[in-house]
Amino acid sequence: MGAMLSFQTVYTMWLREMLRFKRAKSRIVGSLATPLFFLIILGTAMGSSYNIENYKEFMAPGIIAMVLLFSSIFGGVSVMWDREFGFLKEILIAPVNRFCIALGKAFGGVTTAMIQGVLLMIITNVFGVHYKSLLGMLLSIPIMFIIGIGFISLGIALATKIESHEGFQMVMSFLTMPLVLLSGAFFPLSKLPDWLRIAVHLNPLTYGVEALRFTLIGESEIPIVVCLVVLTSFAITTTAIGGWLFGRMEV
Amino acid sequence: MNAIVTNQITKSFNGFIAVNEIDISVKEGELFGLLGPNGAGKTTLINLLSTMIRPTSGTGTVNGFDIVHDSASVRAVIGVVFQGSTLDEQLTGLENLDLHGRLYGLSAGLRKKRIDEVLDLVELSHKSGLLVKTYSGGMIRRLEIARGLMHHPKVLFLDEPTLGLDPQTRLHIWDYIRRLNREEGITIVLTTHYMEEADNLCDRIAIVDNGRVVALDKPEKLKSALGSDVIILTLDTPEDAKKFYRVCKETGYVSASTKDQTVYISVKKSEEAVPEVFKTAFTSGTNIQSITMRKSTLDDIFIHYTGRGIRDELVDDITYMKYKLQTKR
Ligand SMILES: Nc1ncnc2c1ncn2[C@@H]1O[C@H](COP(=O)(O)OP(=O)(O)OP(=O)(O)O)[C@@H](O)[C@H]1O
Ligand SMILES: [Mg+2]
Repeated sequence: MGAMLSFQTVYTMWLREMLRFKRAKSRIVGSLATPLFFLIILGTAMGSSYNIENYKEFMAPGIIAMVLLFSSIFGGVSVMWDREFGFLKEILIAPVNRFCIALGKAFGGVTTAMIQGVLLMIITNVFGVHYKSLLGMLLSIPIMFIIGIGFISLGIALATKIESHEGFQMVMSFLTMPLVLLSGAFFPLSKLPDWLRIAVHLNPLTYGVEALRFTLIGESEIPIVVCLVVLTSFAITTTAIGGWLFGRMEV
Repeated sequence: MNAIVTNQITKSFNGFIAVNEIDISVKEGELFGLLGPNGAGKTTLINLLSTMIRPTSGTGTVNGFDIVHDSASVRAVIGVVFQGSTLDEQLTGLENLDLHGRLYGLSAGLRKKRIDEVLDLVELSHKSGLLVKTYSGGMIRRLEIARGLMHHPKVLFLDEPTLGLDPQTRLHIWDYIRRLNREEGITIVLTTHYMEEADNLCDRIAIVDNGRVVALDKPEKLKSALGSDVIILTLDTPEDAKKFYRVCKETGYVSASTKDQTVYISVKKSEEAVPEVFKTAFTSGTNIQSITMRKSTLDDIFIHYTGRGIRDELVDDITYMKYKLQTKR
């Protein structure tokens, strides 16, 4: 398969996601309201009740990571809707590399997720959350990309296995919520009991939250290098598995 | 050279055999029909040949490529119009076609040309900018066909291409299918419930029932094998009909079948056969309520081979198509 053709396939699938995004713009921007409420209300309340300084700043990278997670997993699992609505047949019958299709889908989804992440970063900044530097904010963008790719591919892998809407609900409640709650998005990692600390450290999202903390507020409990290595390995692994499972799909 | 060859191809779903040791070969440039009732296994056979599912046993080739071991090569030379909708409803008709062109590696110029061409064919040019979710069932079907034709494949599979379309559009589509086949030399395999569609379009027809091919020949041959006329008798009771049917079989008419209190008898020349039929009725002591004669159709062939009419299970096309489309939502 020629490199040109592979690129064309990836681009086509990305283009499709963008065309869909264009129409869902208001819904996607609207979905930023919930995390914003979280941050403003919870951030303010916790900060003042427990007398924690800069709790909003602490929480903001966590909220951004949470939005990335939701958006990515949802984007990946949407392969399930493609099967439901029949469009999956159209792409599986095409004479193209299926790994490229999965990759294009992932790039499309991650673009959407990053747009949400960046918007949230800017809005929170406007609402008075103080970030360290503009450079830090810019460096957050590639980190958002790695986080997004990892979870979107996880979503694709799951979508090849789950058949029904109940399966989708299960993913949302038994995977997405625990990932968020166990990620250190809302609490510091240092004073946790052992069982919780282990769980948190096994969670790839934790490293995403920590990496964003490093770039946005300039401090993280896990060294940035460790974060980057874990996030990249996670993204490569899930992309390989997701692409492989997608390639073997029957409709 | 044969465009398609299958060798004892079989597909079972959890023990249920949907396609049962089918052997067919389709010549290059042929327009081949698969005719059969609901659940006969037509779609499953097309899914096998188009590499969407893998056979449980047996093998097949399309354009010389093995459908299991060389599925990528098969996909490169085929086009498929599936039975249910496979469009992205969140996109416009135009966007759907454009993405298709890109997936099949058509250049921007060629995409535009082909898109105009196929939209014109299915008369959707004026709707191409609307979201597919606002299309009617028939429009969705037409767009789907348009898309399947866009990349000019070597072998084209059409699963119920004209199901639920109005007569006028159906004629257009038939015309275009014929043109693609004659002028571009595209081998076409289509499935259908419509006798007249198979009769009108196909060089050869395979009648499929319960996962097996029960007859395969040119439409004329299939018809002449039965005799060119049909005599239809209505008797007093279904029991009488059964009895009469047995007598007919023994007396060696070309073919006979029965349903409720009606008996169908295929004969070479009805004028000469009618006196015989009356004689048979008289000697077997059955009372004939009415008698009709007509030229035989593919329907009769179908009844002959499967023991029932192809339309028996179908309520009507539109309801059926709506059902088919809905099951995809
Ligand atoms: N994925 C599947 N799992 C289980 N059974 C299936 C599956 N696909 C098809 N079947 C069964 O195989 C049989 C043949 O189905 P198929 O769709 O090939 O019929 P068909 O000839 O195309 O019918 P129709 O005219 O209604 O389209 C049916 O009994 C169907 O229930
Ligand atoms: Mg079918």
